[in-house]
Amino acid sequence: MATIDADGLAIEFPLYHHNARSLKQRILASSGLRLKQDADNRVVVAALRDLTFSIGKGDRVALVGPNGAGKTTLLRTIAGVYEPVAGKLRVEGEIGSLIDPAAGMDTLLTGRENVVLRALFRGMTETQGRALADDVASFAGLGDFLDVPIRGYSAGMNVRLAFAMATAMTPDILLMDEWFLAGDAEFMTRAEERLSHLVVGADILMIATHDMSVVRKWCTRAIRLEGGRITADGPVEDVLSAAGL
Amino acid sequence: MSQQFPTPIHAFDAADPRRRELALEDLRGGLARWRLAWALARGDITHRYRGSILGPLWLTLSTAVMLGALGFLYAKLFRIDMTDYLPWLTVSLIVWNLLNQVVTDATSSLTGAEGIIRQMPLPYTVHALRVVMRNALIAIHNLPLIGVVFMIFGVPLTWYALLAIPAFVIMAVGSFAAAIFLGMICARFRDIPPIIGSIMQVAFFVSAVIWKPSMVGHWEPYLPINPVFAVMEAVRAPLMGSTGGVIVWVAACAWTAIMVAAAWAFFVRFRGRIAFWV
Repeated sequence: MATIDADGLAIEFPLYHHNARSLKQRILASSGLRLKQDADNRVVVAALRDLTFSIGKGDRVALVGPNGAGKTTLLRTIAGVYEPVAGKLRVEGEIGSLIDPAAGMDTLLTGRENVVLRALFRGMTETQGRALADDVASFAGLGDFLDVPIRGYSAGMNVRLAFAMATAMTPDILLMDEWFLAGDAEFMTRAEERLSHLVVGADILMIATHDMSVVRKWCTRAIRLEGGRITADGPVEDVLSAAGL
Repeated sequence: MSQQFPTPIHAFDAADPRRRELALEDLRGGLARWRLAWALARGDITHRYRGSILGPLWLTLSTAVMLGALGFLYAKLFRIDMTDYLPWLTVSLIVWNLLNQVVTDATSSLTGAEGIIRQMPLPYTVHALRVVMRNALIAIHNLPLIGVVFMIFGVPLTWYALLAIPAFVIMAVGSFAAAIFLGMICARFRDIPPIIGSIMQVAFFVSAVIWKPSMVGHWEPYLPINPVFAVMEAVRAPLMGSTGGVIVWVAACAWTAIMVAAAWAFFVRFRGRIAFWV
């Protein structure tokens, strides 16, 4: 059963490769709200601050909020890319992440070879990867393009391939950033169908988006982030109307 | 489909980071994904020579050209017999190139994989394994040259050559550790890669690559203090038909052990920060 539990979760990005001293004077003097000094006197961006939430089976969560609110950072943290500097995080379930469609793709390899490569990333063998390629092929609907190097793909085709790969592995938790909306209408219908299969039962969908129609159509719960904090958490309509959307 | 595997659980508590446990898990996960490291390493080589007619054979050819040129030049400069010097230089240069390339690659093992590190969770040791495998592939393209040169000059390969196998193993372990250690400090401090570059340039001249260890006279026993020499000699001596001596082997093992210990200590402590560094 898939669950995500966060308790006092915090992420800070240190600004390493800048002229820290002058940056410090300029920014800290203006008492930046999210920029602060940590215990080692480094300038850090507080990307996520003191997040506490619990997501359980069947939840379809929309992460909403303005640019730079920490939506993508939260997705990456749940995926396991960033280690929290404070708080606890417990994620139970196989994670499928659709945060960056190009991540781990090799543009010189064909679509099929990329599916095998992705399978290797997930710790599978080549044979399992090749079996997966057939499933991906039928869903992505790329036809002959599956055996063409993906540098010849359009943005939409890249998205189809990435989406098909991520969902073919039937993860328990699907983390999604909003880029996948680049697919065409026909693809979106099929994507929605596939997602609804995926979200039946104990699975979790978490999606960061600015598109409120997607939020209303696909999600059952919304978490609004602002400046790295949760400002609202609840049923979609409650959160959206409170934010005036 | 019935649940065949237990559901994976990722838990992290900043108050109790369990660093050693996570580092071990990373190492196990990284080694278990050797297939991925292999596929990425192979891709690195084939992409570099994409569209070229000879492809990765250029690796062999460019080494051969360098050997020919340097062999003639240095034999003249040092006034030594070509038939004696060139086979030795061949082994020397090929082993040196391997070592030099591994160290250079190690400095960018993590920064080079930035796109992957920031987008998906993956054991960091995979990137170190990729560096080791990529260089092993390059070595496979260059090593046959030793056989060719030995054949041309009629130098016999002795049974001692088998000793080169454990020496290569020592080198691989050291490279893996170096790729973790150097990869991490180079991701955090961006001035380190050029410093390493300068050190390796000096190392080329002080590590008995183009000159024979016997040429330094009574300094010869002190050469294994230099880690580059120790590791290189452990590979080179067996190929040239001797054991290299106990001291060289002890030094090679000791330097590798130090590298492994430093890498492990650093990895355990700072593994969680890598994603913020790259």
